Amino acid sequence: MIKAKVRVKNFKIDGICVTGQSNQTILEVARDNGIDIPTLCHLRGLSDVGSCRMCIVEIEGRHEPIPSCTAKIKEGMEVTTSSPEIKAAREMILSMMFSERYHTCSTCVVNGDCQLQSKSVELELSHSFTPYLNQRFEIDASHKNFVNDPNKCILCTRCIRVCDEIEGAHALDLFGRGLGTRVIHDMDEPWADSTSCTSCGKCVYVCPTGALYEKDISEEEIIKKREIVTELVKNRGQK
Amino acid sequence: MQKKTIVIDPVTRIEGHAKITIDISEEGVVEDAKIHVTQYRGFEKFCEGRPYTEMPALTARTCGICPVSHVVSATKAIDEILGVTPPKAGVNIRKIVNLAQMLQSHTLNFYHLSSPDFIYGFDAPKEDRNIFKMMQTHPQMARDGINLRAFGQKIIEDLAGKRIHPTGIIPGGASHKIEESTKEAILEQVPAMLKIAHSALEFFRDNLHKFQEEIDYLGAFPSLFMAITNDEGTLEHYDGKLCFMDSEGNILKDKIEPRDYKEFIGEAVEDFSYLKSPYYKPLGYPQGMYRVGALARVNIAKTCGTPLADKELIKFKALNDGKPVLNTFYYHYARLIEMIYAIEKIEELLKCDETMSDNVRSTSTVSYERGVGCSEAPRGTLFHEYHVTKDGIITGVNLIIATGNNNLAMNAGVKQVAQRFVDPKNITDGALNRVEAVIRCFDPCLSCSTHALGIVSSKVEIRDHNKKIIKVFERS
Repeated sequence: MIKAKVRVKNFKIDGICVTGQSNQTILEVARDNGIDIPTLCHLRGLSDVGSCRMCIVEIEGRHEPIPSCTAKIKEGMEVTTSSPEIKAAREMILSMMFSERYHTCSTCVVNGDCQLQSKSVELELSHSFTPYLNQRFEIDASHKNFVNDPNKCILCTRCIRVCDEIEGAHALDLFGRGLGTRVIHDMDEPWADSTSCTSCGKCVYVCPTGALYEKDISEEEIIKKREIVTELVKNRGQK
Repeated sequence: MQKKTIVIDPVTRIEGHAKITIDISEEGVVEDAKIHVTQYRGFEKFCEGRPYTEMPALTARTCGICPVSHVVSATKAIDEILGVTPPKAGVNIRKIVNLAQMLQSHTLNFYHLSSPDFIYGFDAPKEDRNIFKMMQTHPQMARDGINLRAFGQKIIEDLAGKRIHPTGIIPGGASHKIEESTKEAILEQVPAMLKIAHSALEFFRDNLHKFQEEIDYLGAFPSLFMAITNDEGTLEHYDGKLCFMDSEGNILKDKIEPRDYKEFIGEAVEDFSYLKSPYYKPLGYPQGMYRVGALARVNIAKTCGTPLADKELIKFKALNDGKPVLNTFYYHYARLIEMIYAIEKIEELLKCDETMSDNVRSTSTVSYERGVGCSEAPRGTLFHEYHVTKDGIITGVNLIIATGNNNLAMNAGVKQVAQRFVDPKNITDGALNRVEAVIRCFDPCLSCSTHALGIVSSKVEIRDHNKKIIKVFERS
């Protein structure tokens, strides 16, 4: 098979002329050039799926904004990373995440170390625009070391990706549809009964919220090692 | 005369929301009076399904004034579930934070809520009976109140992370050791704070002669008393066994393990209030009425165990010749003694070498399916009982909040005051203030006890026996 040639592309981000390789995403080129685009489901070292929509950008000539973490660059495109419309859209996306599940920071075990929380501060989300749905999911605390609380999951799928791409176990996946979607182990077995889980804990460390956390520890002691994946990948020389 | 009902709604200068109804018979005398706690939040229900690790944070939200008590009782209940014994330093940190909270809460009640009555009298114009007037006429006293409360709050913040809803008290002990600089900063302030607490007690005692009628009729009745006490019988707020004492000072039952509380405490439900009415089971309902809180604690304690507070305790016990003091008005007195005790005890605990140890936390995982945590909150004995699955998910919660224990006694107090002071033919503001004041003596935290939100301002409705409103007094 002939490998597609990587070509150099020139385009504009926020009016600045930038250059990237054709296999790069808008987000990668933006960051290479010191232009910040907010992200949430993205984690360096893992593949991108564009599930959270936090990194949306406007492309000249396109009607709808697109996620910059999955959009490949094109010659001559004009990208806008920040505008009143994008700000409003990001706020609404965050707002909907909060209203979908039980994100009460004050009693959450990762209060102060939560990326959904810090993103809300960063994007100046002062209140939720959508009514709370107050859904209740059963917590899976069967594992001896970890807890899975779907009530705090934003379905970013970092855990699924890290388990599949880094650990190579693929013990996790999504189950159900729409608002009822949740992360399961194997064929929806209790975590303790999962035969493919290696109990490595990477899923817990990369989880941006309090959906996956270490058992028997308090808010003051919570440890999230989200950079661990980036470091692992770097050490392996993959990216 | 037509039968009618007076309604005081809401009751002011308390924490929470309640109303009082006074029923007047056709003969024109006060027939009955009740306190209705009109709020409901349902903590016991929505905690179900949550992991046990969240319980200290969740239950702390029942109250912004005494969150530490909830955190302490919650962590003690979880300690039982985990089967852990926190290290001495962890226990001492919890004790200090608990005492600091009691100090700030008692200060709030004395200076901010109750002292306007003591300074200006119960019959003073309602515009004057508040802390803002006090700031104008007694600025030093107002400053003292604010400083003393800040002292307590700062200790909570320094040792447990936050002034309100602290996170540093955790299952198994505490999250951080006490820094040497923090210890020094607290100890430096102790003499000044003791002076303030003493001056408050002196002020109260100097003015007691003005309130003889209130002392005699503001909820002065025989009842049982309940508190936790340690093996030496000294004043205790963190650890110990339950003790019931009757109005003559006889011990009905002591050395009750808090986890066996249900064998001795029943919870009756009345249709006029969301607040349950706990009672001493062996005597039945409602004869088993008991009081908790500062008055019960100092009545039951043989000594305080600290020098200055002990001196005051001797004077206090002399009020009724060594027998339990039955006057609800003296709750204020008891709280002032506890304020001195708290400062002395904080100093003693901080100076203890073991408190400064690095070993502040024990770890374990779920070992038992039930845990009961009990501590003395500012307003009385607080119970948290949790049931969990083997994975640590909460399946059942029962909370008996300090104020709830006093429900029957508060009703008895309101009735006594109404019968003494409310003249149905001439209902004065001073009389209605006294009805509220008896509630204030108990320093109830109704938000806690039913776990709901309160508002201020007051409305009094006079209704006939058909509940038709005859007259309305607006108070704001």
